[in-house]
Amino acid sequence: MRHAKKRLIVASVLAASLVASLAGCASAGTGTDGKNGELTLWTHNGGNTEELAAVQAVVDKYNASQDKTTVKVQAFPQSSYNDSVVAAAASGKLPCIVDIDGPNVPNWAWAKYLTPLDLSVDLDENLPSTLGKWNGDTYSVGYYDVALALFARTSVLEKAGIRVATIDEPWTKDEFDAALKALKADGTWDKPLDLGTADVGEWYPYAYSPLLQSFGGDLINRDDMQSADGALNGKKALEWAEWMQSLVTDGYVAPKSGADAALDLENNVSAIMLGGSWAAGKLSTALGDDLSVLPLPDLGEGVKIGGGSWQWGVTSGCADPEAAMDYLSFSLSPENIADVAKATATIPATDAAAALVPGFEEGGDLALFREFSKQFAELRPETPAYPFISSEFTKATQDILNGGDPQATLDKAVKAIDGNIKSNGGYTQK
Amino acid sequence: MTTLERSARADARTATRAAKATRPARTPRQPLSRSGKKEQRTGWAMLAPAVILLGLFILIPAVLAFVLAFTNARLISPYPATFVGLDNFARLFTDPTFFRALLNVAYFAVIVVPVQAGVALVLALLINKQVRGTTFFRTVYFLPVVTSMVVVSLLWLFMYRQDGLINVLIDRVTFGLVQGPDWLNDPSTSMPAIILMSVWQGVGFHMVIWLSGLQTIPADLYEAADLDGAAGWQRFRYITWPGLSATRSLILVTITIQALSLFTQISVMTQGGPLDSTTTVVYEAVQSGFVQQETGYASAISLVFFVLVLLISFVQRFLTREKN
Amino acid sequence: MALTQLPDAAASSPEQPAVVTVAGSGRRGTRSRRGGTTGGGRADGLSSRWSGRRRAGLGGWLLRLALAVVFAFPLLFMFVSSLKPDQQIFGDLSSVAAFLPIGNISFDNYAAVFDRVPAARFLINSIGISAITVLLGILVNSLAAFALSRMNMRGKSIILTLIIATLIVPFETLALPLVWWVNQLPSLTLDGFSLGFSKGWIDTYQVQIIPFIANAFSIYLFHQYFESIPKELDEAARMDGAGWFRIYRQVVMPLSGPAVATVAILTFLPAWNSYLWPLMVVQTEELRPVMVGVQYFFQLNVSWGEVMAYASLITLPVVALFIAFQRSFVNSIASSGVKG
Repeated sequence: MRHAKKRLIVASVLAASLVASLAGCASAGTGTDGKNGELTLWTHNGGNTEELAAVQAVVDKYNASQDKTTVKVQAFPQSSYNDSVVAAAASGKLPCIVDIDGPNVPNWAWAKYLTPLDLSVDLDENLPSTLGKWNGDTYSVGYYDVALALFARTSVLEKAGIRVATIDEPWTKDEFDAALKALKADGTWDKPLDLGTADVGEWYPYAYSPLLQSFGGDLINRDDMQSADGALNGKKALEWAEWMQSLVTDGYVAPKSGADAALDLENNVSAIMLGGSWAAGKLSTALGDDLSVLPLPDLGEGVKIGGGSWQWGVTSGCADPEAAMDYLSFSLSPENIADVAKATATIPATDAAAALVPGFEEGGDLALFREFSKQFAELRPETPAYPFISSEFTKATQDILNGGDPQATLDKAVKAIDGNIKSNGGYTQK
Repeated sequence: MTTLERSARADARTATRAAKATRPARTPRQPLSRSGKKEQRTGWAMLAPAVILLGLFILIPAVLAFVLAFTNARLISPYPATFVGLDNFARLFTDPTFFRALLNVAYFAVIVVPVQAGVALVLALLINKQVRGTTFFRTVYFLPVVTSMVVVSLLWLFMYRQDGLINVLIDRVTFGLVQGPDWLNDPSTSMPAIILMSVWQGVGFHMVIWLSGLQTIPADLYEAADLDGAAGWQRFRYITWPGLSATRSLILVTITIQALSLFTQISVMTQGGPLDSTTTVVYEAVQSGFVQQETGYASAISLVFFVLVLLISFVQRFLTREKN
Repeated sequence: MALTQLPDAAASSPEQPAVVTVAGSGRRGTRSRRGGTTGGGRADGLSSRWSGRRRAGLGGWLLRLALAVVFAFPLLFMFVSSLKPDQQIFGDLSSVAAFLPIGNISFDNYAAVFDRVPAARFLINSIGISAITVLLGILVNSLAAFALSRMNMRGKSIILTLIIATLIVPFETLALPLVWWVNQLPSLTLDGFSLGFSKGWIDTYQVQIIPFIANAFSIYLFHQYFESIPKELDEAARMDGAGWFRIYRQVVMPLSGPAVATVAILTFLPAWNSYLWPLMVVQTEELRPVMVGVQYFFQLNVSWGEVMAYASLITLPVVALFIAFQRSFVNSIASSGVKG
């Protein structure tokens, strides 16, 4: 019993002192970021070894280039990055520099998390889809964009008698439908087309709302961003919804695809895959010369793909915004942009940077993606309502793929979106 | 010992009785002696850490949630929240998805509670016998319990694919006669699939609770039964089952509360789909609160959920009370 | 348990397994415990006496084995996949090969895990957070239960009622207000030798620990257990001049081994699996627990072999712990049910 007593006392003292010391060391970092020449930068690259290393390299270069400011990198896993930022914002703990997924910029700008950029570099050189704007101000800038394309085996297309589409002559809707029919008839693939339907979250609006736009519909009426009525539930949108549903009912597409579209294409589980430029490297290694990279089909109103990837912004609570702007200006040099693009196999934001990245020169392997981005990229609507629209669109598309009534589903989404906009006073800045 | 007759259910009345039963014979209403006052102070000192912590981290947030439910608070907004009365509740009760979520949770609970309890009992009966390798089996049956639900959900996501392992198994066992469904993508099989996985994951835990009940049934009862020539089903029917009455009500309450809070599996595996067939009340609350940024509305959902769980607890207590 | 592995169920964990006060059981359980000094009183000796004579035949054994396969195979799949390259994992998905370590087997995925995630740091954090939560949980909850069970206090029945009522609040519904609230709390800072206060618990270890220490279920469990320990022991100790704290330390707690073990396990599992909460309140990478690490693998190009390797890595310590303490895990949960 003596021992038991001793142990208990030791244990409780140990525990108490641990908590005290933990509390002590952890709260050292509180207070507004940007004081004492120290800036913190948050990035969504937790676990993304290559991109994180590239960002870190830019930061290291900056820190070495001057002795006024030290920038510190804090990485978060991408899938929960937004939750982390929102929780931090709610408690006033945002760092000076944040990474933002492009379409969320207006929402954050409206909420006054961000301050308009004031940089010493000319942003006109950037691909339009690498800038985040709202209410006439630019709030964010990215090093790169990504582009969507269709990936297939050339041998498979030729065997099925399908024309290999080009950037100047993409497939028409009829051609695309016929191609899917031919592939399905071949019998090799249970579901010949992989749209990545298993990937929920931002993938749905990013990948599928451009298809809607190619039909002539949209997520919202962009003239005043006050209502989705007619855009998301009109005649064109209905055509899109019925077409999406027919892809499933005709057996071309799984309502919930495999966990990894690129691996399924590699293993010949699917014949055509809708995927991003980031998959190109892996697929080109696996399939070699047999890999075809095709533009998306023109479903009526021209080819559309999503634009806008991760970008950088400066928070309004930053104690030293000049320093943050200085870092961003420094980081946007063509060399830095090129280094990040090389590490991440993404599309460099400027022509000057693209010239420095092998593959993006005229006729290079990757130049095609930059062309796709330039010619087809359509930004998701620049409104603070976007996160809400995104979640409603995702749910509606899922329901449509799973056999929900297209008109009723779209009407429901429109009603929810319009209700949300109204209850937020139209998301106008007071 | 009053505790012997006491039902183990974690409800207030039981606890009240417990506390009363432990009160010594002298009535505490009489003025306290000096040592009595000291005992009061010491008691409060011992109680204080737990009471303060519970107050800080459950009571206060619960009150905050209660207040938020009557405002239009948003996760991200430049404007302060304003009082909107019952607006959130009016919207909630006209939302078909919310009623679907209630229905789904009821469906889940109605199946999971008896099935998980039943399978767990069978496992416990199997494990309670001294067979070579009992330790091994007990460990293996308990393995899913110690594995995180997030990891478990990811694994089953693979197994439930149209061409996944479950369907391969069905195909082999039936010699290709039965083709398995696309489990998580068919509104008619998605919830059963979630139920199967949840039972698989959780059954080991309740097996152990049943086991604790089984181990307390006096051996001499079984010896007497042996002398009477009772075996198998009769032993179970007349000795084991009555001996487990208190364990039964405990298991009923625990599984019910767990079932009503269904969330993680849904969030990882189906996100409420297809066609709302797996959405749940807690999932809707999290979805509204985080993804759609409507904090006030999410709080209203939480509040309704809280009231429902309370109601169900009362009903269950009432039902078990009647039997006793 | 299925649903209580919800991340962060700790504060409001609805698990309440062990308080089984099985009718007719206390007699033996109490007697044998009173006899022992270690707070034993396990009923397993008892049960093995009667059940030992009932041997299952080969059929029964095969049934057990079949069930073992059912319970083990998804985890086997996880471990086997962690040894394979991605392409092979997907290639093997539709055949028995998914369970067999055949083909291109290596530990490459494990090596890659440590490149991608600060896995060692996360493991250390989780071990520390779980251990402290468990330790303080045992201390705080047993003290409260001791006061409620053994001391003569006014209003203690109402307090116990209120404490138990907190069991029905699921953590997810509190998470949002709680984020805001923990950031309003002051925290004590040690700056050299001067003490100070700063506002906000966001991004600390304590925010991952302190909200989950007090647990109504643990209190209830301890309370039930303490009730079964004879009050005469207290009186004898008081005759010897012992104070209440000494009775707690030297009389009651030493007899409560199984209750302590049960609370330890029930506190450990949700602490280890904590996921939603740290995502919301922890910003510095060095402070994150293991479950958050799972998110690191879901990049544009997911490496599934690494996901499986990491999942195995964070599951194995718990499994090893369970196997090592297998008897006390089960017996402690089981035996606390014996206590009435």
